[in-house]
Amino acid sequence: MLMKWLVDFLFRSSIGRKVVMSLSGLFLIAFLVVHLLGNLQLLASDGGRQFNLYAYFMTHNPLIKTVSYLLYLTILLHALQGIALARANRKAKGKSYAVSSNAPVSAFSKYMIHLGMILFIFLGLHMYQFWLQMKMGNAPVVSYPGTDHPVQDLNALVVEAFTNPFYVAIYALSMLALGLHLWHGFQSAFQTLGLNHPKYNGLIHMVGKVYAAFVAVGFAVIPVILFFRQV
Amino acid sequence: MKLDAKIPEGPLDQKWTQYQSRVPLVSPANKRKLEVIVVGSGLAGASAAASLGELGYQVKCFTFHDSPRRAHSIAAQGGINAAKNYMNDGDSVFRLFYDTIKGGDYRAREANVYRLAEVSNAIIDQAVAQGVPFAREYGGLLENRSFGGVQVSRTFYARGQTGQQLLIGAYQALSRQISLGTVKMYNRHEMLDLVVVDGKARGIIARNLISGAVERCAAHAVVLATGGYGNVFYLSTNAMGCNATAIWKAVRKGAFLGNPCFTQIHPTCIPVSGDYQSKLTLMSESLRNDGRVWVPARKEDAEAIRRKQKTANDIPEEQRDYFLERRYPAFGNLVPRDVASRAAKVECDKGLGVSPTGLAVFLDFGAAIRRYGKSKASVSGMAQPDVATIEKLGREVIAEKYGNLFEMYEKITGENPYNTPMMIYPAVHYTMGGLWVDYNLETNIPGLFAIGEANFSDHGANRLGASALMQGLADGYFVLPYTIGHFLSGEIRTPAIDPASAPFVEAEQKCKLRIEQLLQTRGHQSVESFHRKLGKIMWEHCGMSRNLQGLQSAREAIRNLRSEFWKDVFVPGRADEFNPELEKAGRVADFLELGELMVVDAMHRNESCGGHFREEYQTGEGETLRDDQQFNYVAAWAWPDLDREPELTREPLNYEYVKIATRSYK
Amino acid sequence: MELQLKIWRQKNADSGGGFEVYRVKANEHMSFLEMLDVLNEQLIAERKEPVAFDHDCREGICGACSMVINGRPHGPNQGTTTCQLHMRFFKDGDVITVEPFQARAFPVIKDLVVDRSAFDRIIQAGGYISVNTGQPVDGNAIPIERDTSSLAFDAAACIGCGACVAACPNGSAMLFVAAKVSHLGLLPQGKIEQDGRVQKMVAQMDEEGFGNCSNVAACEAECPKQISVSNIARLNRALITVSFQSS
Repeated sequence: MLMKWLVDFLFRSSIGRKVVMSLSGLFLIAFLVVHLLGNLQLLASDGGRQFNLYAYFMTHNPLIKTVSYLLYLTILLHALQGIALARANRKAKGKSYAVSSNAPVSAFSKYMIHLGMILFIFLGLHMYQFWLQMKMGNAPVVSYPGTDHPVQDLNALVVEAFTNPFYVAIYALSMLALGLHLWHGFQSAFQTLGLNHPKYNGLIHMVGKVYAAFVAVGFAVIPVILFFRQV
Repeated sequence: MKLDAKIPEGPLDQKWTQYQSRVPLVSPANKRKLEVIVVGSGLAGASAAASLGELGYQVKCFTFHDSPRRAHSIAAQGGINAAKNYMNDGDSVFRLFYDTIKGGDYRAREANVYRLAEVSNAIIDQAVAQGVPFAREYGGLLENRSFGGVQVSRTFYARGQTGQQLLIGAYQALSRQISLGTVKMYNRHEMLDLVVVDGKARGIIARNLISGAVERCAAHAVVLATGGYGNVFYLSTNAMGCNATAIWKAVRKGAFLGNPCFTQIHPTCIPVSGDYQSKLTLMSESLRNDGRVWVPARKEDAEAIRRKQKTANDIPEEQRDYFLERRYPAFGNLVPRDVASRAAKVECDKGLGVSPTGLAVFLDFGAAIRRYGKSKASVSGMAQPDVATIEKLGREVIAEKYGNLFEMYEKITGENPYNTPMMIYPAVHYTMGGLWVDYNLETNIPGLFAIGEANFSDHGANRLGASALMQGLADGYFVLPYTIGHFLSGEIRTPAIDPASAPFVEAEQKCKLRIEQLLQTRGHQSVESFHRKLGKIMWEHCGMSRNLQGLQSAREAIRNLRSEFWKDVFVPGRADEFNPELEKAGRVADFLELGELMVVDAMHRNESCGGHFREEYQTGEGETLRDDQQFNYVAAWAWPDLDREPELTREPLNYEYVKIATRSYK
Repeated sequence: MELQLKIWRQKNADSGGGFEVYRVKANEHMSFLEMLDVLNEQLIAERKEPVAFDHDCREGICGACSMVINGRPHGPNQGTTTCQLHMRFFKDGDVITVEPFQARAFPVIKDLVVDRSAFDRIIQAGGYISVNTGQPVDGNAIPIERDTSSLAFDAAACIGCGACVAACPNGSAMLFVAAKVSHLGLLPQGKIEQDGRVQKMVAQMDEEGFGNCSNVAACEAECPKQISVSNIARLNRALITVSFQSS
């Protein structure tokens, strides 16, 4: 009974389906901060020690491992639900107008599905390039004094990848897409949950924009800096 | 034939109570078997259909709109009257009754009007319970404002959209009954004829406007709530679709039309700007609470304004003629509509009009802006505010009160009324005349009821502001649901009416024939052009002022136009499809008949009263001159056969509780 | 001024449609619909079928007029219905494209006329307060805070024209539903039934085939009564709360 209600609400009701998008989006928003803070360690000029140890911790702590599976699930849910909604919405709209509207709307909101698709494809590349290589044990192994076990030198993998200007460009552009996706997505998530109040709306919108810019720029500068360090 | 108004015995203030306790009832089991057709879904129709549904009758409700919520009641702006006396300013049921009778220039039936005043309070309670967001004081209680023709504040309002909010309340009540299955809604269906079986109204013929199918619909009783016929004038504040077809078909089937010439011309409308104009827009009467009406005192100033060499702001205070305040010091700018309209016409006729066409006067908020600005400045503790600050603060107050009306004015005219006064001119707004009904709201055809603006009953020769909403809802919510029992209690043994019977088939055939005729004429003039011509004749000769000679020529002109219509009209498209031109053609054809009857009525009434101003009958000061000896009656016209003269029946009006007097607002 | 009009013509619901180009002379004082009247008179004079469009009050309150002008429901001006849009906002020689409202839940009946009866069915599902005639207490027995009443009014100002659906890239009716849910739910009289109302109205909205809200806010931008999307947040909140609380 309870299950049926929950499934109906989350996957059938128009508002419930949006709640799924909102909650999963907020979870990903929180994850991105952690991910970015971790990645900024790539910029430490210590030959990758700090980053590699951090990566080892993140992939071996059982709690974090559990959360990471939840994360993969969330990404899938967000993507699949997003695609399903976009399809349903296209059907509900039918034909589009001969002249496109120039009415003021929430910026980039009409392109969420397109930006999302770019990000999904980017994720494939990103996971293949680093996550899969790590899982396959394709990275070189290093040992650091003071640690009792060898760790994979993921830092080297990353640094190597970003010697290629093609990858740098893809990463930087994808991060632009991420920023635009978040520009609308952040406040939209709050609106969908009904967290809207004239007193706080301005704050939510501002935090959302600052966050979107911070995350996009933060992620994008890493490959760029790594690239220029090596030329 | 003698008309029996069926007014109950007893003292005025007890007639309705006693009637309610004595009117025969219909048991719930029988109600379920009785069907009622309600045509129209405005305030009167929607409230009646909902209330009858709640009682348990099987209701079928028809509207030509795509949704019941679009009826033109929605456009009423200013408010709705009730004798609540919340303001503690001495209001009472009797005072509302008295004001309405006096405002109507002593041409309404006492018992009906008293009942209207009595139930007015319940309407407010009902609307509040439905969620109508009336204006409120800071303490959370209901707020009131003043309207024309009265000296108390008894008008409840919801910004400038009172009609909309009340209609949505009624629409929601109706929607609830539709979902409960007691009301079946027929959207985009237009009534084409009334079906009378053995002398009783038993159904209608309606056209499905999408498929074009002509359908028969039967019931034990028929209620017409189809509004007024102001569109006979082509240009009016009515909506484009407002029409008289339903009531006119009833007249053609033998119903009497009461006082058809009583038309209300509303003083504050946006003036006509060109020949292409399709309708006129009203500026709420509430504006006269704070707006002062004036024209330049000197003709040369008026001419300069017309040539755009001067603006209103160039005319100094002493060169302005605030003619309503001058002529009617007791009521000032808040005189009733007929009085204000005529006064504006008099000034324009003198050559003092201020628009390029010369047909407009100013409605000025300058004084109110300064007054409110000063008061607000003093509340905010400013000791010596400058003029600019005062005006800024004053504009804010005005915007709060009338913001949406000011915006609407600016949208239409492109001028900002905060800076320059509005220009206004009278326009056709409401028809006090309508189907003759008795105390039960039943016409002379048994089983045929008329409510709201469609009947003639409560406003005499002039309606007071904020009383149309009151009457529509009073009829629909509180009067008809009782009084229809008077008829239906006698019908409990009547089985469901058979729509296959001969009168239905015959009526349907006639409707189809007429549609064919309209389509087959294939002449050279559009329906619209005939409507415009009719409107022009009506406005010139049967509008704000009338005289015998003009009316005679108008009758002749209308008859000619009518025969020209049937020879030379062009209606494109087919009968079996969505065809708005065909709809319009049918309506205009009916206006061409109704217009003539209005003229006939205006010609016969050799007196001036309320909205009916015959130039031959006026006082030395240009006020209406009634003839109570000869015309203190309701003129009920029968005209089933156009080839014969319309036949007049008089229902004398007896004033037992109001002393009939000369109406004075001086 | 002389204009070129590109108007969608469609015989009926079942047939396909297409654009036709017309030339019409207008003047700046006309409303947009009066300009179409001129065109129709012209077409009738040429013994052609006039363009069908819904319209009635022509003062911006009945909600009948419904057309998309140059890609925007009710045209380019904010807070304005088509009937109140005046030609002084266009220039001589302009090409104006006029289309019907587009959404699966609003099928075309003819030319620019669409079927918006889905809105009626949503209201019938619960957009009312269940009170029979004659039951209520005195109007002043229910005091309502002035600001609350005013907020309810802002939502109640909805004219049911459907511009929100037409403007929405998803064909969603959330603003319409949210406006009614806010109007009634903010008032003490309407609170009693609010939970059921929210569920029933949203369910009906979904059944009618409207799309899902993605907070684009085109509805707010095009609403002739400028109803705020904060009402949508209120609806979301109400539905989520009731979904998790109701038994």
